Amino acid sequence: MYMYDEIDQSLVDERVIQFRDQVNRRMTGELSEDEFKPLRLMNGVYLQLHAYMLRVAIPYGTLSSEQMRKLAWIAKKYDRNYGHFTTRQNLQFNWPKLEDLPDILAELASVQMHALQTSGNCIRNVTADQFAGVAADEVVDPRIYAEIIRQWSTLHPEFTYLPRKFKIAVTGSEIDRAAVRFHDIGLIAKRNGAGELGFEVIIGGGLGRTPFVGPTIRDFLPERHLLSYLEAALRVYNQLGRRDNMYKARIKIQVHETGAETFTEMVEAEWAQIRDTAVDLAAGEKQRIADFFRPPRYRASADAEAQLRLQLRDDRNFARWVETNVAPHKVTGYRIANISLKPIGGIPGDASSEQMDAVAALADRFSFSEIRVTHEQNLVLPHVRADDLYALWQTLKSYDLDTPNLGEISDMIACPGMDYCALANARSIPVAQQISERFADLDRQHNIGELKLKISGCINACGHHHAGHIGILGVDRKGEEYYQITLGGSGAEDASVGDIVGPAFPYDKVVDAVETLVDTYLDIRTDGERFLDTYRRVGKTPFKEALYGTD
Amino acid sequence: MSQQVLSANRLNDGLVVYLVADDTWSEDIEVSEVAGDEGSVNALLTRATQAVSDQKIVDLYLIEVAVVGGEIRPTKYREFIRATGPSVRADLSKQNYVPGADA
Amino acid sequence: MALIKNREITEDHWVRIDDESAVPAEGGAIVSIARWRKDRAVLAGRNAPIGVELESGDGPEVVADDIVRLDLIAVPFATFRDGRGYSTARLLRERYGFTGELRAVGNVLRDQLPLMERCGFDSFEYAGRTDAAKALKAFRDISAVYQTAADRRASAAALRNHPSKAFSNGTCG
Ligand code: SF4
Repeated sequence: MYMYDEIDQSLVDERVIQFRDQVNRRMTGELSEDEFKPLRLMNGVYLQLHAYMLRVAIPYGTLSSEQMRKLAWIAKKYDRNYGHFTTRQNLQFNWPKLEDLPDILAELASVQMHALQTSGNCIRNVTADQFAGVAADEVVDPRIYAEIIRQWSTLHPEFTYLPRKFKIAVTGSEIDRAAVRFHDIGLIAKRNGAGELGFEVIIGGGLGRTPFVGPTIRDFLPERHLLSYLEAALRVYNQLGRRDNMYKARIKIQVHETGAETFTEMVEAEWAQIRDTAVDLAAGEKQRIADFFRPPRYRASADAEAQLRLQLRDDRNFARWVETNVAPHKVTGYRIANISLKPIGGIPGDASSEQMDAVAALADRFSFSEIRVTHEQNLVLPHVRADDLYALWQTLKSYDLDTPNLGEISDMIACPGMDYCALANARSIPVAQQISERFADLDRQHNIGELKLKISGCINACGHHHAGHIGILGVDRKGEEYYQITLGGSGAEDASVGDIVGPAFPYDKVVDAVETLVDTYLDIRTDGERFLDTYRRVGKTPFKEALYGTD
Repeated sequence: MSQQVLSANRLNDGLVVYLVADDTWSEDIEVSEVAGDEGSVNALLTRATQAVSDQKIVDLYLIEVAVVGGEIRPTKYREFIRATGPSVRADLSKQNYVPGADA
Repeated sequence: MALIKNREITEDHWVRIDDESAVPAEGGAIVSIARWRKDRAVLAGRNAPIGVELESGDGPEVVADDIVRLDLIAVPFATFRDGRGYSTARLLRERYGFTGELRAVGNVLRDQLPLMERCGFDSFEYAGRTDAAKALKAFRDISAVYQTAADRRASAAALRNHPSKAFSNGTCG
């Protein structure tokens, strides 16, 4: 993991002092709410439906056990004993007091964390593949570049008041676990014919009101030019992005309206001017950062696999958990263990202080003190020895963290919706809970197979509904909660935006509608087909007819 | 004119509050002052605007309520959730939550 | 409103001349970009400092041919949330080589001062409610910088590669 040096540390420390002063100025009226708001947002502080909300950055989804313990402690001391992991690999506290926030930020800074740029019209917390560094199919650990981008974008003097927020995601793997095509900029590390490392650059993807699968702007950008290319793209956007209409201010609109080709030319022209300046990092600094992401000292034992095989044979429940929640690791004898934050009927992404502490302790015991946070609102222990899985699973069980549902229908993404969010049209969480209860039978879920269900409480799409195999969007119909269903979206390497299937359903009908869709799929699927595959093969009609009848 | 109460968030802790007749702000909508005509609505707004200038509250706005059997109930579901707490966490509702009890 | 120049509160020696008034023969005068375009021949030959105020959204290219002649360029921030001026400033300094006074005008508030300075502004028509003398502290809020920008402060990466340069609160102005 990256460790701060005195320079990094001074920045977060001074930032706390600065924010404390800003809060004081707000309290005394020296700053109006209008003036204070962008400042607090730049430190991740929102005013939500019930209270202030603090969004803590978990850069590229990597956390140490010490940091996780600090989050648990903050939840206990300053909040209401829980936190919410979001689709942007952040953690949200729902009840902090403004007067406590400078202290909370100081607590975070003490473990090399911050809430910088988790909101506001700036470059947001950069996200990455949660399996970075351990995925078998990886070209390079994307966190090296995510950390480089984190530093470059932190308090960037030119790009702090952009037309709109700006999100960057990086993956080092062909399997896209970071939804890179739905970001303002997505980067896929790859090697060219000559074996050199670089990135495919995607610009202008996004969800929200106008979803776009981002187009590739450049097939191969040599990695040494990463920052100058980003700077060029951001500069073009900062100068030309719309400022008169916030709904048209994202870069995706600019790319769409200008045309990807013309937009590319503009970026390339700007880049030509700065590509050989000091914007790009010197090799030494890059190496310094890369060194932090060296693999830990694995100590696979010769009979680890054999022991795991025995345990799998003897305990069916354990075997089921391993089958759904455990992924291969690039090192023989090790596994990646996913911890589901989606217990049946629970609140997707919420974790109590006790659960956070438990995961921290398990990371210390089994995973070199390292934890990952996924954009699907789950946690990961990235380096677990095959013969430790059983002990891990047993402890997870006692904290209700052992639900074997990864990638299945009850492992859904849900935004906070109207239970917490000031912008919501409808609730998301209770819909998620009811769907989870309806499909509580694990055999049934397992038979259904991979099904990505995603729920947003409004068109802002924090719940990625457009990218769900089944997407659910809360809408307001004359003060009543209604839910519009989309089908066939995907946030993976085969990215697509879901199609609206028909008129929206009221709150008490939406779970039935989902069940109808699933049953329809089960009826018509062929062997080995996922829900998404079936949908892509047969199209909307059978699903539509099942929901609304033929006419 | 429908009946209105004035809602805002308290500046220092951010919690949802309602304007009370004695010019204090309460987390409990039941004790809020209900205005039913333009004159009293404007009076609410004037007093609340003063509270903004005094750094007591932020984000003030009027919400529509119905008074049923002596109970003040917001007509919009969103406001009902604001007045009572997240619908999915009964333990955090305004009725049940005891600050500090879980720490 | 106070004028901050090179991190100090100073008297403003420039006057703004609106489009209808005559430009005085002496003293620094700031005219609108429209006026400059119209009367360029006369104004450029003036025997006293001349400055131009851009309009919101004007990029640096609108004064590309006048960089050498102009003594001051004022870049407006219609609201502090409109960040186009940051790019304009950097380009004027770093690409067009403007060395005169680069002035931020409009909704120029305390907490944006350090960012503006990093982008190449050296003077500020400060419009914040915080007392201007106190606002000067803003320049020293954060010591470390991660980027190279128009202020040429050594970035974190540069300091790391030259350990001899001790890390300290950067003073560039
Ligand atoms: S999608 Fe809408 S309701 Fe859900 S968290 Fe985002 S803004 Fe709030």
